[in-house]
Amino acid sequence: MPIVSRGFRGRRRDDAPSDRIPPGQYATNDFPVLSAGPTPRTPVAEWDFAVIGEVDKLHHWTWDEFRALPSETVTVDIHCVTKWTKLDTVWEGVSVDTLLEGVDTAAEYAAAFCDGGYTTNLPLEDLTGGKAWIAFAYDGEPLDPEHGGPARLLVPHLYFWKSAKWVRGLRLTSTNEPGFWESNGYHIYGDPWREQRYWGD
Amino acid sequence: MDALKLDGNAAAGLLQEVFAVEVTAARGTCDNCGAVEAVGAVVVYAHAPGTVLRCPHCDAVLMRIVTDGARYWVDLRGVRSLELTST
Amino acid sequence: MGRLNWLVADVIDAVPETPRVKTIKLDVPDWEGHLPGQHVDVRLTAEDGYQAQRSYSIASEPNRNHVELTVERIDDGEVSPYLTEELRAGDQLELRGPVGGYFVWEPDRGGPLLLVAGGSGVVPLMAMLRHRAAAGSSVPATLLLSSRSWDDVIYRDELSRLNGSGLNVVHTLTRSQPDGWTGYARRVDEAMLRAVAPPPGEAPLVYVCGPTPFVEAVASALVALCHEPTSIRTERFGPTGG
Repeated sequence: MPIVSRGFRGRRRDDAPSDRIPPGQYATNDFPVLSAGPTPRTPVAEWDFAVIGEVDKLHHWTWDEFRALPSETVTVDIHCVTKWTKLDTVWEGVSVDTLLEGVDTAAEYAAAFCDGGYTTNLPLEDLTGGKAWIAFAYDGEPLDPEHGGPARLLVPHLYFWKSAKWVRGLRLTSTNEPGFWESNGYHIYGDPWREQRYWGD
Repeated sequence: MDALKLDGNAAAGLLQEVFAVEVTAARGTCDNCGAVEAVGAVVVYAHAPGTVLRCPHCDAVLMRIVTDGARYWVDLRGVRSLELTST
Repeated sequence: MGRLNWLVADVIDAVPETPRVKTIKLDVPDWEGHLPGQHVDVRLTAEDGYQAQRSYSIASEPNRNHVELTVERIDDGEVSPYLTEELRAGDQLELRGPVGGYFVWEPDRGGPLLLVAGGSGVVPLMAMLRHRAAAGSSVPATLLLSSRSWDDVIYRDELSRLNGSGLNVVHTLTRSQPDGWTGYARRVDEAMLRAVAPPPGEAPLVYVCGPTPFVEAVASALVALCHEPTSIRTERFGPTGG
């Protein structure tokens, strides 16, 4: 049994409305940077985004083509599996619905792939219907490389390890293929409201 | 330059939880590039949903360790061989 | 060795070293001793169960029950302000260790010894020097210590007493220097290491400790000076999650 450390509080916010904090989470005002490897720094001139896999044909955008697509600004709460929740974060990005418009597929799942080799997987229906974006700006500024810039996947209704940094595309698949964390302990789906952090949760 | 980048010493406690012996003095061979280093000298990213050890020469993932406090998931595929010396 | 268990230590005292740095003296029942360079993991638990964990190098030389940790307060850190400003004699602290087997030195490993420290990176190296002195070792040693200013030099007076008898302590003060200072006044670089370090031909055992950018710059400079990479052991200090 751990002993209680007299007078220790830690870095939590006390004032967050509890109905917005999923079970087991703490609210923070910081934006912690979590990384599993060196930060990629891809110049936008070399960046592209692709939708590949079980599709009719390769769909592909250069940075300029991507930025010419309609985008939107959204305010969402984000929940990291390491127990941090940050409320009211503001992002600008292209809805994944926009990117998948005109993509002909029978696939039910997608695997996001990224500079640096990170991958994560999720059902296609969790990427569509206005639930996900490819975000290129945070808090009104271009997305910093340490937070995933030039662009990252943003899927706020799932734990934030699914919001893959440095995303370069989606591979559509007929089976749900576990990504970097899902293949080593983390839950294949990751719903913060059902506290699906690890295998078997 | 990544200030988040630490070395194997930062993972020493976690590795000893997993292996039940001190591991940072052990020497590991990177399965990707063949480099041999003491575990204490490899790159550690401890600021993640899990702990990731990477080869300081080629950046390939050597080990991934995730724990929920009761279970440990350990992926050692990136280490071709680990040489432990009993003392 | 074997699985590490969490131990409950009693805080005997908390002593300022510099305006930002304090040494915490702990009585650890069931402590089995440690090697110079090893660290402990410290775990704090709030009343509602919230936990944070950090690693701290052991500053003291090996001793049966008594362990000293020297902690620098990091601005907007989560744990170091608690340890340096709130924790007091009579409190308890949960820790496990000793941890580590790579970044350790004992006199029977020989020398000459080259220790290079950036700020609080001096802590594990001080454990090595205290052990060296307590053991009456004649292994030649050099400590190159980089600090922001004279007031920020950790263990300043003790290092000046240990200086001599085979130990050479060299300071560099990177941000401000006292009047009349004739020592180094810049970041550690190749030229400084060339002047201060034993030459590669003497095959020194090298230990470098401090923030990641410091350690990497020093290790690269030593390799550029033809020191054997396998003779250089490093310990990077930085933010750790928990």
